[in-house]
Amino acid sequence: MSPEGTTGGPAIVYCHCKYAQVLPAATKEAVLRRLCDAGLPFEAVPDLCEASARRDPALKRLASAGPIKIAACYPRAVKWLFAAADAPLDPATTEIVNLRVLGAEPAAATLLSTALEANLPAGKVTASDAPGAAAATNPAES
Amino acid sequence: MALSDRTLRVVVYEGPGAIPVDGAARYAAVSALLERGFGVTRAGSGRPVAPADASPVLVLGRWDGAVPEPTGDPADGIRTRWAALDPATAADEAERARAELGAPVPGAWKPWFPVIDYDRCTNCMQCLSFCLFGVYGVDSARRIQVQNNDQCKTQCPACSRVCPEAAIMFPKYKSGPINGDVVSDSDLGREKMKIDISALLGGDVYSMLRTRSERAQSRFSKERDSDKALAERQKCLTKLAALAGDIPAEVLMSLPSPEEISRKAAEAAARARAALAPETTAPGT
Repeated sequence: MSPEGTTGGPAIVYCHCKYAQVLPAATKEAVLRRLCDAGLPFEAVPDLCEASARRDPALKRLASAGPIKIAACYPRAVKWLFAAADAPLDPATTEIVNLRVLGAEPAAATLLSTALEANLPAGKVTASDAPGAAAATNPAES
Repeated sequence: MALSDRTLRVVVYEGPGAIPVDGAARYAAVSALLERGFGVTRAGSGRPVAPADASPVLVLGRWDGAVPEPTGDPADGIRTRWAALDPATAADEAERARAELGAPVPGAWKPWFPVIDYDRCTNCMQCLSFCLFGVYGVDSARRIQVQNNDQCKTQCPACSRVCPEAAIMFPKYKSGPINGDVVSDSDLGREKMKIDISALLGGDVYSMLRTRSERAQSRFSKERDSDKALAERQKCLTKLAALAGDIPAEVLMSLPSPEEISRKAAEAAARARAALAPETTAPGT
């Protein structure tokens, strides 16, 4: 389980979104099948939300291990799910494959390709960049 | 089991000492494991995977010889079991290893909780003021954060409705922008409109509930029939749910008593005020 063979392409993470039906089942199945057929190493998490809530240390290691492709849902959600797990993703080396909107074939092709097109939303990387109290108004007094 | 307990990690191993499996068998095993809630690492060369950590591990492989003996000393935090890789029994093997290693049961908690988009968040504390379940808090720098995600009510996106910047996501929500989809100007307008509606109800849905409960309180206090009181409350809450949009009635039914709501709302507002108050400098510093 050491980070071996890092020259072959970005790390691959697949989210099965087990605890909700928001990812089309046919897309999930087809992408996972292609991933298994390809014989490449990958990480498959039952549910990225759950991993984030648990602050799964694997997320931190993956986020800091270099280029990464994540098959899950919307890039904005994935970005902040990782950040919430203290595992901020590098916007320059992260590509999210959105299984909620992409068809199975383009999703699998993108995930397996060694080329990486970074697509995290621009902006702050971690919560520590968020505005502090001084910038806010107090709704309780309005 | 706490949310922070380490879950079982299953490694599908096909390196030296094991016979590789074909794609169909690999898919069958990985799919069965994921469906039972186990995370899977398919290790090998060519792409990196997460390095080993202190999580309990089950290594599945088609071993050349005998199945390796359990390894690792619980004292050093590494706990590993080994078993034969058979797609038909992989999930059962994982369940056995999970029980032996004392890892949490997968799926015991449905991961529904708010995720803050700090690119959009202005730290206004509306969410902290609104949530009565203690999901939100502030960090040492007085920035809003999700502190108790397991206290969030499943399927309830209510706090995202009060966020003026559409900065609160529920990734499992059905539609955007709450599900994490891009926030458009029209989305933002719509979110603001919802707040205006809630303002018409008396500031927020909880103040509306409080108002209703105050009106009903004298009647409830005289009423000895708890079933009738519950039915009345349910009626109020159902109506409230319809007005508030997509907040499930069962979530509103799980709210504390009206008196508790009033107390918790005051506490939440006080915490929000404290978080937003100007920093004070200690005398003599």
